[in-house]
Amino acid sequence: MKTILECRGLTKKYGNFSALSDLTLTLERGQIAGLLGPNGSGKTTLIKLINGLLVPSGGELKINGCAPGVETKKIISYLPDQDCLASQLRVKDALRLYSDFYKDFSMERAVNMLDTLEIDRSSRLGALSKGTKEKVQLILVMSRDAQLYVLDEPIGGVDPAARDYILRTILTNYNENATILISTHLISDIENVLDRVLFLKAGCLVLNESVDEIRTKYGKSVDALFREVFRC
Amino acid sequence: MPWDLDNERPIYLQLMDRIQQDIVAGTYKPGDKIPSVRDLALEAAVNPNTMQKALSELERSGLVYSQRTSGRFITEDTEMLKKLKRRLAEEHIQDFFQKMRNLGFSDEETLNMIQETIKGENHEDNT
Repeated sequence: MKTILECRGLTKKYGNFSALSDLTLTLERGQIAGLLGPNGSGKTTLIKLINGLLVPSGGELKINGCAPGVETKKIISYLPDQDCLASQLRVKDALRLYSDFYKDFSMERAVNMLDTLEIDRSSRLGALSKGTKEKVQLILVMSRDAQLYVLDEPIGGVDPAARDYILRTILTNYNENATILISTHLISDIENVLDRVLFLKAGCLVLNESVDEIRTKYGKSVDALFREVFRC
Repeated sequence: MPWDLDNERPIYLQLMDRIQQDIVAGTYKPGDKIPSVRDLALEAAVNPNTMQKALSELERSGLVYSQRTSGRFITEDTEMLKKLKRRLAEEHIQDFFQKMRNLGFSDEETLNMIQETIKGENHEDNT
């Protein structure tokens, strides 16, 4: 199996504050990994570094062997943790934008998913509810044939039924060569679809194990282990 | 409907249990083709790699076998299926007796209660 993501001694400082310190990590292809940690543990910082939105203060980060840049953006499909599309756009404009920008975008897949969720393609994004907007963004991101999907809090704002649909969407669209990195607080909801979990604590990687290894070793779910490691 | 999985045991073991249960219950008949890893993973709402592992383990035990291109099938070895059924039953029985012991009943007492229940003579004691 080939490595898709490699970090060595990765560090990001904001002034004197280390948001990430000396993070060393490799992710293989064909996995769904959960990036877990309390607020302010460095999850979004790591994700932004992967997407080239931040520049490391130290260490090295490689995606498919390349530093973040034009080549890596072609193979990473990124769902930010906030609205990234202008609210005056209509859903169909957003579709066209994605198909213009990304060669690997499948219009057919996106349209199918929008229809299943009964989302009107002529609605303006600004007129949609928060949850529906999140669904639209996730559909856009999952309709690409990317090699690495980076999803920052994909299920935070949607109801449990839609959450199940989104998880099914992730499972259906992902192929065996792709890797998905999902950051979330809703561990118990996604625990069963993860291969492996990464725990971040104050900018350091404190755990990197498969879900079933955790259950075998500790006799408890990832959710329970998380509550124990990060007890306040 | 996602499969009902508990929070303590490794997921692949629970998937194996569930599939074995389905085989014993006759949901899958001997020689039946079982759905693809992806379809089963979607149905159970679990990671496809985990489902793959569960099926590989079942394959190793001989309960399912794969044919290179056409998929995975339930064994036609009825003797093996009978043994599996027997083993699952024994597990349930042991489980039950353990629970009764925890309630303070000896195995003998439990056995008597079972017989009484079967005979329909299990009146309430009004002492």
